[in-house]
Amino acid sequence: MDIIHPLDRYLRTDRLPHIWCPGCGIGIVISAMLRAIDRHISEGHFTQDDVATVSGIGCTARATLYLNFDSAHVIHGRAIPFAIGLKVIKPNLKVIVIGGDGDIAAIGGNHLLHSARRNMDITVIMVNNMVYGMTGGQVAPTTPMKVYTTTTPYGNLEYPLNLIKLVSSLNTNYVARASVTHPHLIERYIYNALSRDGFSFIEVISICPEVFGRHIGFRNPVELFNKLKSMIKFKAKPSIDESDIVWGKEIVLGEYVNEYKSGFIKLLYGS
Amino acid sequence: MIVDRCKECGLCINVCPQKVLERGNEFNIYGYRYVSPKYIEKCVGCRLCEYICPDFAIYVEVDGL
Repeated sequence: MDIIHPLDRYLRTDRLPHIWCPGCGIGIVISAMLRAIDRHISEGHFTQDDVATVSGIGCTARATLYLNFDSAHVIHGRAIPFAIGLKVIKPNLKVIVIGGDGDIAAIGGNHLLHSARRNMDITVIMVNNMVYGMTGGQVAPTTPMKVYTTTTPYGNLEYPLNLIKLVSSLNTNYVARASVTHPHLIERYIYNALSRDGFSFIEVISICPEVFGRHIGFRNPVELFNKLKSMIKFKAKPSIDESDIVWGKEIVLGEYVNEYKSGFIKLLYGS
Repeated sequence: MIVDRCKECGLCINVCPQKVLERGNEFNIYGYRYVSPKYIEKCVGCRLCEYICPDFAIYVEVDGL
């Protein structure tokens, strides 16, 4: 197919349109990621062949199917171990792990902890839609309290897992939170993450109108988008204490950790 | 517009500050009523619709850049 859209050279256009529901936030994250990579490539930092994407199982993990990079679609939750192996054997690759909150935080949570502890030179993008979307809207570890889902008909009684606080407490170089309501921020954070060594973690708050919005009364993508936008607050230097997600209150975006420590690859191979 | 990729979510209509886009009455091959830039003369080229489109369906070309 001819290249029509400016991002079509990074996409497998014969696979499009993708499987995600109308109004899903994953496509916004992917297009912002491609713009960040495009900016790096046009500035000459690396080429398209130097990028590898790894993903596990889930809605977000389908992204590697549509990206025209070297990509691997591995078993559930094990995207980060695969990415570590790839990075160690090919240190000049830019390895990007894309996953949802079920893939990265729930089943792959332990791998996230230990790759962050090693300050492994990979970029992890977690698209947090606060629910298990592909399996029908069950409660996830990141679901906020008192939110109705398929398996919590009386409201969720569990405290959510705060990934920003968890990853910030480890030896990481870059921890940021963005939101699909502000795509320019996603692009800037992914650009910053790709331009440094060490572990970088970006949480993107996403919308899932089909199974998350349906139970809380925002079935229309535009209504859920505007509701999320009304809760978002951007801060240039946020403190980690204000990173908790409570549905209906402020969700603070920003760069929580921003350091330049040397990563695992530099310690392994020398300079 | 790449009309066959549009899924009629309406996010582009929501974010456009100049109200350029409007839901059309024609269908694409998947049965969605795709969005069309009806008031294109009001467009200021901010590219918010291109950034917000989850389906890679909209792109903005600005003359003279």
